Parts: sequence; structure tokens; C-alpha cells
Amino acid sequence: MTAVLDAAPPPDAGPAVAPAPAPARPRRTGRVGDLVLKVVAGLVLVYLFAPIAVIVLFSFNEPRGKFNLTWKGFTLENWAHPFKYPQLTDALVTSLHVAALSTAIALVLGTLAALALVRHRFRGDGGVDAFLVLSLTAPEVVMGASLLTMFIDFGWNRGFGTIVLAHVSFEVAFVALTVRARLRGFDWTLEDASMDLGATPLRTFRLVTLPLILPGIVAAAMLSFALSLDDFIITYFNSGSTVTYPLYVNAATKTGLPPQINVLATSILLVSLALLGLAVLWQRRFGHDRLTRSTSP
Amino acid sequence: MAGTARSGRRSRAFTPYLLVLPAVAYLAVFFVVPMWSLLRTSLSENTGSVFLPTLEFNWNFTNYTDAFSDFHDQIVRSFVYGGLATLICLVLAYPLAYVIAFKSGRYKNFLLGLVIVPFFVTFLVRTLAWKTILADDGWLVDVLGKVGMLPSEGRLLSTSWAVVGGLVYNFLPFMVLPLYVSLEKLDPRLIEAARDLYSGSWRAFRKVILPLSMPGVLAGSLLVFIPAAGDFINAQYLGGTQNTMIGNVIEKQFLVVKDYPAAAALSFVLMALILAAVLAYTWALGTEDLV
Repeated sequence: MTAVLDAAPPPDAGPAVAPAPAPARPRRTGRVGDLVLKVVAGLVLVYLFAPIAVIVLFSFNEPRGKFNLTWKGFTLENWAHPFKYPQLTDALVTSLHVAALSTAIALVLGTLAALALVRHRFRGDGGVDAFLVLSLTAPEVVMGASLLTMFIDFGWNRGFGTIVLAHVSFEVAFVALTVRARLRGFDWTLEDASMDLGATPLRTFRLVTLPLILPGIVAAAMLSFALSLDDFIITYFNSGSTVTYPLYVNAATKTGLPPQINVLATSILLVSLALLGLAVLWQRRFGHDRLTRSTSP
Repeated sequence: MAGTARSGRRSRAFTPYLLVLPAVAYLAVFFVVPMWSLLRTSLSENTGSVFLPTLEFNWNFTNYTDAFSDFHDQIVRSFVYGGLATLICLVLAYPLAYVIAFKSGRYKNFLLGLVIVPFFVTFLVRTLAWKTILADDGWLVDVLGKVGMLPSEGRLLSTSWAVVGGLVYNFLPFMVLPLYVSLEKLDPRLIEAARDLYSGSWRAFRKVILPLSMPGVLAGSLLVFIPAAGDFINAQYLGGTQNTMIGNVIEKQFLVVKDYPAAAALSFVLMALILAAVLAYTWALGTEDLV
């Protein structure tokens, strides 16, 4: 179950050990097989990107009528006026606020739990682990429904606050398991070494511990932020009258889909890709590789 | 391993508990308590009106029997769609994960990044894009019609396959990533050894690679099946009235009809059945391939 979380963060997630170079294979069948495999893999990637291409393309569409669902003609008009619909812009801003706030809370809770699980062996650690995974196995519709019944039971008004609380509840486990996956196998004796060499605990934390755990935290933060921004089902159940970006899109499917939805979706995609690229570059320069190299054989 | 850091610091024995306390307490309040609320609701009866529901807890098990008898079709459909989607995801994801793990050379990180990219475009917007692609007046229906793969008047939208296709699409990365992780851990020398012992490609795959990647197959299947069986977005946007799933019913009963007890009972039926399916699957994989 947690295996996916090893890979979910940015693309350098793989272990530092590079696969051995592909062995020379004189057999013809092997080469044909390779080609077939690569073609199939390529087609699967095309499938993954077909709708994304449509979304980007339709941000340049000039729809007649209210629904941006069929291609009518090319225009740059939508990109010139990305914020034409204030409610859409407000919904996106609300989504960004929810994502930032819930991620900040989930990062603190999840990282502390991950540190405990990686660095300490204690009575009940397996139970904590199972509990975290369990919170990920409930289908979203059940999670959303159960939170709604509780908020109704408690007589809480649904709105921005309940959305944030609900998002934190599915982000905590993702953060904890991602950070934990990234911290496994690190050489924590480096901390002892630092202390032995006379560094204060604070200095040790700043110069040794933080650089070790930061890449994991950054990866978890990006994942958590993306999950929050993306969530529709749980938000739908607990939003009250607050409108997030996915909720706006859902309502718009009945009243009219402006191409600005595509413009903003494309913008989010571009920003995320840029951040992902930066994270990879940054990790290459300051990443944990140099600190962990000593532990790998 | 971190063994050394753990040893012999009695004064810090309570530290791990302090560290896990906030997360565990949070999940207790916002995961366990809601489930408890839902369970109580599922055994309650609405003694008020539809507009002002008053729930009374009275061990009302009829909610459960009603759930089965009223929504039998949707329950079955959810599991068939979810199972099919999981199977198709496995078939599509395996070659991709294999190529990324063993054949991609220096493009590995780039390809892994590509698999994650769809996550950054909102789930709902991606599903709407499929609606455009599969539309009756879209070019795909047009092309398939001309090639003769689709009867004239045939449609793609509002069919079971559109829903299953949408589920496959939305959850495919959740299959690729764990498969990649388990393949990447596999020692390539084992494959070489199989080849040196005159095993053909297929045999090497079946006897060495596949069994060793079983943890990935299992994790990926769970990560696809659980959300797919509980989904209602794909059925709502890509399916017709004949394709509704249990998620659609729960959503409607909760937010439109506001029959909370019925919706709560359905939620638990869904979870119990998912749990049963997952245990059966784990058991089947475990006994056949891992021992």
C-alpha cells in the first residue's frame, strides 16, 4: 500500500541505485519484444495525455453559446482575459487558500508522525502505521459522507473551515507515509557525529537534520497541495455555500462552461510543471544524495 | 537502518508518542468519530419530515436490508466496473512501468514525471475533456463510424465502456507508480540469470519478474479498485441513466433526497464489500504467487 508513496513525489523518487545497464542481448526475439513493449508504453502515455491536450487546445477555442465543449475556432481572447468571470477567479483563490492552509497543517502533523515512525521503535508503532493506511482506504464518497454526518451531529455550519478540516484528514496520512518513505535508510548517526564534533543541538538540526528531511517534506507538500486542489468529492459534501475551483466547474457544467476554466487549468498545469522542474533541480544540487552516499554500498 | 539512533536513550522513551500524538489525535477526531457518526446514522430512523429530518437511533437494521434490495443493480455495477477498471489498468500500466524501470535509460525521471502530470489538471476538468473526446458529434465517433468499428447511430458517451474508460484513465497513475517501485527494486541480475539458464523472455517474465513484482500489483490494484468502486463522477459525466454506480446513489441520497440513514447504510455496505473484495484478492494473490 505504501509502495506508491515512494514514487508519488517528484520524479527522482527512485532509489539512488541506478539499474545495471541493460545486458547485451543478441537474441532477435528480445529486440522485437523490446520494441513492442516500447510501442505499447508509448500508446499508454498518449492515452494519458489525450485529454490534457484537449484541455490546452480548448483554452484557445472560441465557443458559440455558453458551453466550451465543441471546437469552433481559434482565438487568443480567453488568454487575454483569464479573469473575466470573477466567481471563477474567486473559486480558484478559495481553492488555493484551502490547499495552502490544509497542507501547512498536514505537513506539521504528518512529518512529526513520520519522524517518530522512522527514528524510533515503540510499542504500537505498527498500529499507528496501520491506522494511517486505514484512513486512505475509505472511498472518498464515504469519507465525505461520514464527515458530513459528524458536522451535522455537532451542529457545525459547513464552509471554508470544514473544507480545510476535511482536507487535512486525508492529507495527513499521505504526508506521513511520503516523508517516511523518503527517510528510510538514512544514516542518522550523522547527527551523533555532528554532536560529537561539538555542534549544539540547534546547529545540528539546522546543518544536518533539516537538509536530510527537507526533500521529503517538499515532496509531501507538493503532493498534499495537488490532492487538495484536485479534490471534488469530499469537498462537495462539506462545502456549505463556499465554492472551490472544482465545485465551480461542477456547477458550470449545468449553467455554462466558459473557456476560462481551461485557461486556468492550463495555467495551473504550467506552474506545477515549473515547480516540479525546480524541485528536481534543487534536489540535484542540495539533495540528500551527498549525505546518504556514505551509507550506500 | 536507523537502529543506532533508537538504542538506549531511556529519557526519550516518550518522545515517539509525543511525535505521533498530534496526527493520531487529529485522525481520531476527523476520521474515527465521523465513521462512528455514520454508523449511528445508518442504524437510525427519520422520525421528522423530509425537510426537517429528526434522526432517532433505534437499531434500525431495515436501512441495510433496504440498501441491498433497492440498489442491488448499482452495487453489482460498481463492483463490475471497478474490477474491470482495475484489470485494464493492470494490463496498460505493466508495460509502461516495465519500460520506465528497465528500458528508459536517462529518460527515466522524465517519464515518471509524465505519469504524474495528469494529477495537476483537476480531476473534474480531465473527465469533462473525455466528454468532449467521446461526444456524439466528436471526431472519434466520426472516425470509428467511418472505419466501421461503430455502427451508424452508435455512441461512445453514455455507455458502460465510457464509464470504465474514464475510471481507467483517472486512476491509471495509481497503478503505474507502485508497479514501477516494485520493478525498480528488482535485481536485473536475476533476469540475466534466468536468460543464462536458457529461459525465454516470456518464461523469464512469468517465473521471475511477475512474482517479484507482486507487491506492486497488489498495492496498485487496491489503489485503483477502492476509489474506482466508490466513484460517482465518471458515471455522472460519461455514463447515462443505465450506468449509475453506488457512489451516485450515496451522493443523491445524502445531498438531494437527504435520506441520511439510507445513505449511511449504503456507505457501510460499500465499505464492507470493498473490504471483502480486497481480502479475497490479497488472499488469492498470496497463495498462488507469493508462496
